[in-house]
Amino acid sequence: MMHEHGILRHAAQRLLGVLPTMLLLITVVFFLVRVAPGGPFDSEKALPPEIQANLEAKYHLDEPLIQQYFRYLGQILVLDFGPSFQYKDWTVNELIAEGFPVSLTVGGLAMVLAFLVGTMIGITAAMKQNTPVDYSTMGFAMLGISIPNFVVAPLLILVFAVYAGWLPAGGWDWSVQRMVLPVITLALPMIAYVARLTRGSMIEVLHSNFIRTARAKGLPEKTVIRRHALKPAMLPVISFMGPATAGLITGSVVIERIYAIPGLGSYFVTGALNRDYTLVMGVVIFYGLLIILLNFIVDLLYAWLNPKIRYDEEY
Amino acid sequence: MNLLDVKNLTVSFDTPDGQVHAVSGIDFTLEEGDALAIVGESGSGKTQTVMALMGLLAENGTASGNAWFRGEDLMAMDAQELNRHRGTDIAMIFQDPMTSLNPYLNIEKQMTEVLMHHQDLSHREATEHAIEMLRAVRIPDPEQRIRQYPHEFSGGMRQRVMVAMGLLCEPDILIADEPTTALDVTVQAQISQLMAELRRQSRTAIVLITHDLGVVAGLCDRVLVMYAGEVVEYGTVEQIYYSPQHPYTQGLLDSVPRLDDVEDQSLHAIPGNPPNLLSLPKGCSFRSRCSKAFDACREKPALTELEGGQLARCHLVNRS
Amino acid sequence: MELGDIRGRSPWEDAWHRLLKNRAAVFSAFIMAAMILVVIIGPWLISWEADFTDWDNTSTGPSLSTGHWFGTDAVGRDILVRTLEGGRISLLVGFVATLVSLVIGVTYGSIAGFYGGITDRVMMRIVDIIYALPFMFFVILLMVVFGRNIILIFVAIGAVNWLDMARIVRGQTLSLKNTEFVEAAQACGVGRLDIIRRHIVPNLLGVVMVYVTLTIPQVILVESFLSFLGLGVQEPMSSWGALVNDGAQDMESAPWTLIFPAVFLTVTLYCFNYIGDGLRDALDPKDR
Repeated sequence: MMHEHGILRHAAQRLLGVLPTMLLLITVVFFLVRVAPGGPFDSEKALPPEIQANLEAKYHLDEPLIQQYFRYLGQILVLDFGPSFQYKDWTVNELIAEGFPVSLTVGGLAMVLAFLVGTMIGITAAMKQNTPVDYSTMGFAMLGISIPNFVVAPLLILVFAVYAGWLPAGGWDWSVQRMVLPVITLALPMIAYVARLTRGSMIEVLHSNFIRTARAKGLPEKTVIRRHALKPAMLPVISFMGPATAGLITGSVVIERIYAIPGLGSYFVTGALNRDYTLVMGVVIFYGLLIILLNFIVDLLYAWLNPKIRYDEEY
Repeated sequence: MNLLDVKNLTVSFDTPDGQVHAVSGIDFTLEEGDALAIVGESGSGKTQTVMALMGLLAENGTASGNAWFRGEDLMAMDAQELNRHRGTDIAMIFQDPMTSLNPYLNIEKQMTEVLMHHQDLSHREATEHAIEMLRAVRIPDPEQRIRQYPHEFSGGMRQRVMVAMGLLCEPDILIADEPTTALDVTVQAQISQLMAELRRQSRTAIVLITHDLGVVAGLCDRVLVMYAGEVVEYGTVEQIYYSPQHPYTQGLLDSVPRLDDVEDQSLHAIPGNPPNLLSLPKGCSFRSRCSKAFDACREKPALTELEGGQLARCHLVNRS
Repeated sequence: MELGDIRGRSPWEDAWHRLLKNRAAVFSAFIMAAMILVVIIGPWLISWEADFTDWDNTSTGPSLSTGHWFGTDAVGRDILVRTLEGGRISLLVGFVATLVSLVIGVTYGSIAGFYGGITDRVMMRIVDIIYALPFMFFVILLMVVFGRNIILIFVAIGAVNWLDMARIVRGQTLSLKNTEFVEAAQACGVGRLDIIRRHIVPNLLGVVMVYVTLTIPQVILVESFLSFLGLGVQEPMSSWGALVNDGAQDMESAPWTLIFPAVFLTVTLYCFNYIGDGLRDALDPKDR
């Protein structure tokens, strides 16, 4: 089929763009850590020389820098992030395997919530443009963007856990009660972004000529929105999914800390505060690759929804 | 009973700079199978006139007056009532075929939805009918092309699709807003020709909006000339072409390049710009651009009926 | 729809009028001005020092009688003066880091847009690549690797935040460069850099203003985020993010330690966002 061909070619082209980004990510992270003043693997306390040498050999620090780089690159290729520097008995892979499912659950739920609620609010506001409904929802949306989640989280805990006592203040046991507050906190700013984005693009689409044509056809307004306006209005929202993921991951670092959730973000912050270089490098690269990959998928989804891109590749 | 009877139609827009009077009280009628051209420069209010009839004004626009369609007043209808007529009794073709079709839906979906909504046809019947219509507007290979998306058609082909879409429900009135303006010259001729042909084959009345009197001759019977939101002249095509009474109409005619007149190869543009619709001048609105203006033009001229039913809004008519 | 000729009014005047009509933006601008003023001169007017520990009043609530209007924290420090001094740092970081990103972004973007061709393609490809990187994690990584200090915060945030600016500026430059007055200047033999400096940069002012106002709150947010995690400014220096972090620790016993800095931070971000929105609508009134 013609469509699939266009998409495939598009995918191949984009993949060529994604690889250098991944390479750059790994390279920058690697050298950034290596050029750290004093060297990242210099210990604060003076170690006996033989232990120091052992340690260096263990982390291959005795090899020339370029060799270390390619060794690391090779490891990353097979997704091996090496041993943790602080958690002596753990590899970074094991830490990721421990924390990521938790982060993914919270983040995924927040993402779904944000896009469902956000688009609904946005469409409603667009259809009631310049009415009190529009003004008040957009005022709240602006508030949602402006309040940092590390402010929202303590406030929610204060109200729902401390004063009302309805929900636990934190901790994690895979139960719904413990997910509610973190997911809402994480989703809140995203809901606001999606709502504003949806409203803006919906209004723009509703002013376009082809919507006028659809109205001139005598179709009911609901059909006009659903059939003609929804898809083009959702395109910017779909391309926002990439940045949204990055935002959710960043947000999860804070959320997990406040709600005491043993996710990857918690490990990351602990690692950062304890200068656990291998762990920090591993998480940055892991999340970086994840974001790049997700952007790539979103890009394909976008192309698949947009007949222009789908076909322009043919000619 | 006239098919369409427009009485004292006005359209104004609220803008940050004040009220813009786009159309200030125009009347016209349309019989079945009629073809009326509404002619004027951009900003003369011709497009807003038909947008008001179709209920498609921008949000800051308001219209008043009456537009009796088969005895029902379109201007008094809400969107729901209007939807019983839009697309089925009265259809519209827009100026820019590049943006007037939905780029995200294929032609089939955009055409069949009209039939399925207004005439309760099944999807298959609607598709067959749509293919027929595409064939009628001479789109080659309609069975294949109906599944394509708008951007896969050239500008002229897209306008053909628009025409076919407009005619799907065999409307009583087809309004065409500058249907050829955005197209290449050769394609323009093809589309005009197509519309003339379709007109001969059906009982559909046509309202053609254009700034180009050259397009009008082959297609229309009667011409309404608008300037600054008012009718300045009205008559049959013959009357307008051979004895234009208003200096503005004369100016418009002079600005059409004529291939038959070897003597006069020069083109005449009307000097100056249309007046500011925020604050229309007192007296004749064309006065500042008119080479024949005289004292009486300080007073607003009335629309005067002349011999043969021709109308003109000019003091010169009374003087001669 | 053409309106005919309307009496001449410069686009700037037009934008100014539209901005004044936007009540949310005007109101925000007043609040913001007041906030900046209070944060700058406030600490001088208050008798407490930011690091003074009032052992007679630890974790006391807001009260006029103790002289601690916003209350005190667990070690008896005055929340009001700490909030204002924290505001100085937060706003300073906001402005300076935005300036860094502004300088880099405008230079990069206008060069790419103006030279066009391969230069442009390579430069924008680089931006695309950096864009896909998890920026927040980089800042954190930078803080971890190079240690925490305030200069680094400016540079780190500014250096990662210039991408948007570069893209916008490039787009504007591209569309501007083909306009007549630039062609005229080129025809007269004016050097390229001269054209960029004298013709293109002034014309970019509008867009850049919008993005500056929208970048400042972002930067403030990033800084407070870092400080909240304990990776930002260090004691005795403080910022709103660090204060919120402190406050969140004892919010059950002393909620005022959380609420006051949180309100100041949120109001600031809210106002900047509204001003930025208002400016954008005023300068580019696409769909009102």
